[in-house]
Amino acid sequence: MDIKGPNLVKGIHLEGLRVLGKPADFARYYYEQGADELMFMDVVASLYERNSLHDIISETAKSIFIPITVGGGLRSIADIKAVLRAGADKVCLNTAAINNPQLIKEATRMFGSSTIVVAIEATKESNGNYLAYTDNGREYTGIDVFEWAQKLDEMNVGELVITSVDREGTGEGFDIDLIAKITSLVSMPVIAHGGAGKREHVSSLFTKTNVDAVALGSLLHYQFIKTNESIKSDLEGNTEFLKQKRNFHTFEPSSLLDLKSHLEDSEVACRIIRTYEEESYYS
Amino acid sequence: MKKKVIIVDYNLGNLFSVKQACDSVGIAATISSDKAEIEDADALILPGVGAFIEAMHNLEQLDLVDAIKNSVAKGKPFFGICLGLQLIFSRSEEFGSGEGLNLIEGVIKKFPATYEDRKIKVPQIAWNTIRSGDQSWETSPLFDMDQDEFMYFVHSYYVEPASESCVLTRTDYEGLDYCSGILQDNIFAVQFHPEKSAQKGISIYKNWATTNNLI
Repeated sequence: MDIKGPNLVKGIHLEGLRVLGKPADFARYYYEQGADELMFMDVVASLYERNSLHDIISETAKSIFIPITVGGGLRSIADIKAVLRAGADKVCLNTAAINNPQLIKEATRMFGSSTIVVAIEATKESNGNYLAYTDNGREYTGIDVFEWAQKLDEMNVGELVITSVDREGTGEGFDIDLIAKITSLVSMPVIAHGGAGKREHVSSLFTKTNVDAVALGSLLHYQFIKTNESIKSDLEGNTEFLKQKRNFHTFEPSSLLDLKSHLEDSEVACRIIRTYEEESYYS
Repeated sequence: MKKKVIIVDYNLGNLFSVKQACDSVGIAATISSDKAEIEDADALILPGVGAFIEAMHNLEQLDLVDAIKNSVAKGKPFFGICLGLQLIFSRSEEFGSGEGLNLIEGVIKKFPATYEDRKIKVPQIAWNTIRSGDQSWETSPLFDMDQDEFMYFVHSYYVEPASESCVLTRTDYEGLDYCSGILQDNIFAVQFHPEKSAQKGISIYKNWATTNNLI
């Protein structure tokens, strides 16, 4: 879930952000549909908007009992402490990790490996090489994605999120070559992100690679918007997209329940919530 | 009347989510590292994520070791989570570790890097399933749980109890079958995080409280 100020937003190739709704509505819905983890990425991460991110985390952590990972603009131990204190279980670093690898070492030592997730924004160059970018795919670093992934592995990072910037938000499918190569090189869990446009993209990712998990945005968000009319109230920002109620032709949006049933049919083991009777456990 | 439950704070791990889980099912829980409060409590929750050696060191510094042991000896309900499960055993193989709380005999071991020629990712950070061990689930907080239910795990070490009789749940990680939950008299403890395992996990909090008449 990409967050800008108080809103959940979505772009294409991590750019061109549109407002989709309130993060709390999406978080609750995905939790009830059987999401295994929620990931909030502060895509603008300006200092003065940081408080609204902390509010979103605290509110979510009060009633949503699955792991919560928070990333975007975390540059220091103090930043990491602040989001963990707000109720996050893990943090996701990217720009700061590349600019200051020492931060990863310090953070894994202080908070434990399992608390530190690193994201790599990978872009395929015309010569076929993959390079790591920062700041939502904008900043060139010249760092080779695979070498960087192996370094992170040696630094005992807990988990790795690999984002294909070329595919992100397009619905064209995952970059299978990229994901397969990364999983063959590292021994930490790898989470694939970027490109899912239909259920089959997700199932084929799991059958063709050894990836451990998948992070989904648009595929689920667009289905949520289709099925939940009320979310448009009092939103600010670029909401034209919402009003038009259109999908990109490349997407066949899916609910999380349908997606997980499809995965089960494809013999990919996953946790499925079959009924909502668990609701009664709330007192 | 609601009983007083203390979530023992010894400066390791995120207690916030444990407290939220208690709140959501109506357990009157307070986070505390105060010896007197812990001795006075009707029941204890011992959470924690991190290193065994550091945990025991912190418990000793806070002078809480005897308070916890006495509470258990008096038959008060005890709920250990993650590191809280490991601490109730005799000792850990973690480098430099001394004794644990030694309430149940057993050793804490690290996941090997490979098991039967398969690479194991350490720590295990994953949803994984639980199934019955020697102890029956019927009178435990898992009484309404299905076999092979998914729970959320984050750990590098696991317990090898001296006797199988306390084993409530077993979990398979990359072929390595280990004890992921125990029940012995008033001691209930799990290696996974029920407070991060969605509604099925929260039901464990609820069931622990109801089966022990805490709410």
